[in-house]
Amino acid sequence: MSNAFMNNPVIKWIEYRLPIFSFMDESVGSKYPTPKNLNYWWTFGSLAGIVLVIMIATGIMLAMQYTAHTDYAFESVERIMRDVNYGWLLRYLHMNGGSMFFILVYIHMFRGLYFGSYKAPRELLWIIGVFIILAMMATAFMGYVLPWGQMSFWGATVITNLFSAVPLVGEWIVQWLWGGFSVDNPTLNRFYALHYLFPFVIFALVFVHLWALHVHKSNNPVGVEIKGPQDTIPFHPYFTIKDMVGFGVFMIFFLGFVFFAPDFFGEPDNYIKANPLVTPAHIVPEWYFLPFYAILRAFDFNILFLPAKLLGVIAMFMSILILLFLPWLDTSKVRSARYRPIYKQFFWLFFVVCILLGVVGGKPADHLFFGLIPAIYVGKAATAYYFAHFIILTPLIGWLEKPRPLPDSISAAVTKSGTSGQGAGS
Amino acid sequence: MKKYILSAVLMMAISSQTAMASEGAALPKQDWSFSGVFGTFDRAALRRGLQVYREVCASCHGLDLVSYRHLRQVDFSEDEIKEIAAAYEVTDGPNEEGDMFTRPALPSDRFANPFANANAARASNNGAFPPDLSLMVKARKGHADYLYAVLTGYKEEAPEGVQLMEGMNFNQYFPGNQIAMPPPLSEDGVEYADGTKATVAQMAKDVTVFLAWAASPELEERKRLGIKVLFFLIVLTGMVYAIKRKIWADLH
Repeated sequence: MSNAFMNNPVIKWIEYRLPIFSFMDESVGSKYPTPKNLNYWWTFGSLAGIVLVIMIATGIMLAMQYTAHTDYAFESVERIMRDVNYGWLLRYLHMNGGSMFFILVYIHMFRGLYFGSYKAPRELLWIIGVFIILAMMATAFMGYVLPWGQMSFWGATVITNLFSAVPLVGEWIVQWLWGGFSVDNPTLNRFYALHYLFPFVIFALVFVHLWALHVHKSNNPVGVEIKGPQDTIPFHPYFTIKDMVGFGVFMIFFLGFVFFAPDFFGEPDNYIKANPLVTPAHIVPEWYFLPFYAILRAFDFNILFLPAKLLGVIAMFMSILILLFLPWLDTSKVRSARYRPIYKQFFWLFFVVCILLGVVGGKPADHLFFGLIPAIYVGKAATAYYFAHFIILTPLIGWLEKPRPLPDSISAAVTKSGTSGQGAGS
Repeated sequence: MKKYILSAVLMMAISSQTAMASEGAALPKQDWSFSGVFGTFDRAALRRGLQVYREVCASCHGLDLVSYRHLRQVDFSEDEIKEIAAAYEVTDGPNEEGDMFTRPALPSDRFANPFANANAARASNNGAFPPDLSLMVKARKGHADYLYAVLTGYKEEAPEGVQLMEGMNFNQYFPGNQIAMPPPLSEDGVEYADGTKATVAQMAKDVTVFLAWAASPELEERKRLGIKVLFFLIVLTGMVYAIKRKIWADLH
């Protein structure tokens, strides 16, 4: 921060007692050294942070008007849409903000996978990130129940019922989650309470995520550690302004949906009030859960004494939890896929498989692709590949692949690639 | 290679669109005044649609989420709204003696529901419940196109080989093709105040416009504000990008 600012008597008085200004300057300001070659893929973390704040802000205002009761929840949401000043805007921001949050975080995660951001010494940074996505999923799931539409109700019924697969205590766990013998008013009430709590848990996790980030600083597209001041530039103004460009583009995308296609990510069925006596023809979760839904449904067979349902549930949770072990499953010391010709191919294949799982997850179980290939087989193959990618391919590629020679340093890479047009986003 | 895999996945995503048609025939696309970035509700159609709703639909279907006063948003005058509301009787109370009483509806009341409760609605309709129409346009795949298609998609005779259940009607666009609601619209079923010829297609179109408004009363305000917001954001982002270029220039 400028000398004039720090010499202001009021600032000095506060700084002496609570060094908040120097703290900020060292965290996201001119004293925070950042690799000079970060490209726009590195803006998605800060964008996700901004969306978290937007979600909390709009969520608190929605909570002022929302009624968590099975008799009134649906109507109270419609009251927000029709009678509360700019209630429709708050609600559409919150509704689409959820989808945006997942888009940003999924891109953020794939960026980490591509550039090897999970490798030593950033394993804990990555692991905290896995906990953040888990907390996000729990929050999103419970939030989707609150409008008490048909998909809210039946989605909640299907997902909470999964826990009945747990041996011996399954039924008991489900009733404990429900607070009764079916998804009903007590369920709605506790989901509302937890949906209000979890964002603050996420906020705390994000703080720890940033703390860990600031110890070893950002990874970068080259994947070579910072070797000295010649490799870095101050976060402010270089990355504050670069993040703002990303923010502007993102807001155009986000608000484009809010204002012109607000129900794009939603299901029409959720505009029908929940009715325990009428099951929708096709129960689907929100789009960001579809790949996991496909993994869950891929298990329609028992293995020894393990029933299909339990296998599906275990696989679904493992599909996220396996990321916790990725820093050790990846045996390559080279971070960036730019220098890993084989891994790069498999990264993109893995990306396509994830999309494919999402497509399969959105289909009825008996759907035929091209009227020929049963979706369930595609789901099984994709699920098998998903896990094989982490358990078999990732360690194997690390051992067998011959990486391309790494540049000596970030600045060496920047000057070299600057001429070849492979510039790292500047 | 990457491209082939990606296009295969895309194809799979698209192939599902055609499969969805098995729920009912593919919906013909209509040209709606309220679609598109600058879309607004056609006021004349919306007025005619309200008339169709009041004279036809409202004998069975409620509109519980909409108040008479909401009609102000689409340029009905205060007096018109009072007059429309006053045509309905609603139950109020209890009064000072503890008795419930009926009174003419006020602009602040929700559209009067034809039935006292869901059981009464079922009892009058062979056990079928006529759904509330407030959100109908948003609550079905295909939205306005779907509603229009169902209203115009009745066939007097079920095609050969289709066995209709007792009291059901054949509709080519309704999922499963069997709908409890008898064809609601008939030629000249209403006499339009503005002299428009009341064909089935015309009435279906008009009432769909009205119900599209009922489902998304914020649509016009939303799109108006959206244009301003996006214009602002595009200019702002352009300026921020220029500043970014300037700040980063000294690094190269």
